[in-house]
Amino acid sequence: MWAKLTATEARRGLLMISPPLIYVLIMLAFPIGAIVLFSFWTQDFMTLDTTFTLQNYREIWEQPIFGALLKRSLYVSGCVTAVTVILAFPVAYFVSFHVKPSRKSLWLFMITIPFWTSYLIRVFLWKVILGYNGVVNSGLMGIGVIDEPLTFILYNVNAVIITLAHAFAPFAILPIFVALEKIDRSLLEASQDLGESKFSTFFRVTLPLAMPGVVAAVLIVFIPTIGDYVTPELMGGAGGKLVANMIQTQFLALNNAPLGAALAIVAMLCVTAISLMFVFLNRRWLRGRS
Amino acid sequence: MTLRVYAIAYLIFLYAPIVLLPVFAFNDATIIAFPLSGFTTDWFSQLLTTQALHRSVQNSLYIAGITALLSTILGVCAARAGAMYHFPFKRSIIGLVMIPLVLPEIIVAVSLLVVAIQILDMGLSNWTVIAAHVLICTPFSIAILNGAFQNLDPSMEEAAMDLGESRWSAFRLVTLPLVMPGIISSMLIAFTISLDEFIIAFFLTGANPTMPVYIWGLLRFPASLPVVMALGTILVSLSIVLLTIAEILRRRGMARVGVKDKGGFL
Repeated sequence: MWAKLTATEARRGLLMISPPLIYVLIMLAFPIGAIVLFSFWTQDFMTLDTTFTLQNYREIWEQPIFGALLKRSLYVSGCVTAVTVILAFPVAYFVSFHVKPSRKSLWLFMITIPFWTSYLIRVFLWKVILGYNGVVNSGLMGIGVIDEPLTFILYNVNAVIITLAHAFAPFAILPIFVALEKIDRSLLEASQDLGESKFSTFFRVTLPLAMPGVVAAVLIVFIPTIGDYVTPELMGGAGGKLVANMIQTQFLALNNAPLGAALAIVAMLCVTAISLMFVFLNRRWLRGRS
Repeated sequence: MTLRVYAIAYLIFLYAPIVLLPVFAFNDATIIAFPLSGFTTDWFSQLLTTQALHRSVQNSLYIAGITALLSTILGVCAARAGAMYHFPFKRSIIGLVMIPLVLPEIIVAVSLLVVAIQILDMGLSNWTVIAAHVLICTPFSIAILNGAFQNLDPSMEEAAMDLGESRWSAFRLVTLPLVMPGIISSMLIAFTISLDEFIIAFFLTGANPTMPVYIWGLLRFPASLPVVMALGTILVSLSIVLLTIAEILRRRGMARVGVKDKGGFL
């Protein structure tokens, strides 16, 4: 039996990959199938009604609160992605093109460290920075730029965007850096030898070649941000709650798991659709590269 | 030059929240705001006497330890299969295994909650948290271990087998020592992720909260915030130490198999 299983290289490879594969199937594919099934059931006070119905989806479609939350979530995720990637690109470019090869690891290490350190406390500290008596306000008042504390930077959507953009920064830098590192430096010299300026070389050679990294960075920031409920809870105030907060409420506080499941699936589908559209629009830059 | 200034400003932005931690942890006031009033170590001594905190820390260490071990074992399987074998559907299978890296965490949380409570009717415990943490840590382990396994010459194991070792002992005696630094690095990273993870743990934690879930409870009470700052200071210092060791080992592992270090592991 064992000898037969390990007879060919392909079988040995499949046997080797099977533990992580089976784990993902049991712990991810099966549970996601379960919530899809669940979303077609209904919660009747304490008991679960298992007759097939579209009622949860109808409720999400008809009640304006769900649509509004979903729209706001997609808007926040979109802004976070744009801000994060645009701020991250120059840093990735700097590390790839202007840092000595022996120092590159150190820079990347410095960039990733804050990402690994206590997420909850980091989010909370943004409250300290942006708050009424916070660092920004007391700093600006100290140097006399403003007379009264700014109030538009905490407990609203802006605060959520700033905090999330900070949390996902390394996620955006690393894929762009990897793409920039792959660029053959002689192409840039060739471009300049053929008369392009440094500026136009960047836009006609470097940026197109870096696009696969930019696309990866966009996806790796956009998709997970939709699932964060900690930042909107702590930073968003009453007007800054997002769809993930609603999912959490449906599951834990209101005990309406089927509606929560339907909401999670709708959110997932929206994010997937937008991501696929984004990849499709950028297919020109991704073609012919692995 | 302007780029360098920008990059340094960006690093300051990244580190701004963390730098504030020790400032308020040693500040002699119950309100977390400026101006500072005086120096104290009271908040740290309060940590020593809070029993509930100690229980949650023990819980989290237990969960993180088992998660680190299991996700690294799964990571070794995937990284070895990816680096050393050709098999059908290789790219799709490895892509599938890496998916938890980009999946919104709340999806993982609610789907496992539904399975545990409604379908299996088994209740929540440390093991439900471990199951989810292994799922999200495995892709990180694979990414780190890929660095250790790639460019590993398969003919070295073949040579050992030609000389009479079994397949397992060839792996144990030849490959394992070469990838050991990567394995420890992967365990440290998985440990750090699990120790810090909140979004999933909040849904799946049983009667004994994990440390982040306990901290989340504290954040609602203004009086306990200075203690949270003190705890945060310790946690951040601890993760910096763990990550530094992980990074040193990761580089040593890559040097050992003769791979040029291209920087980060993602």
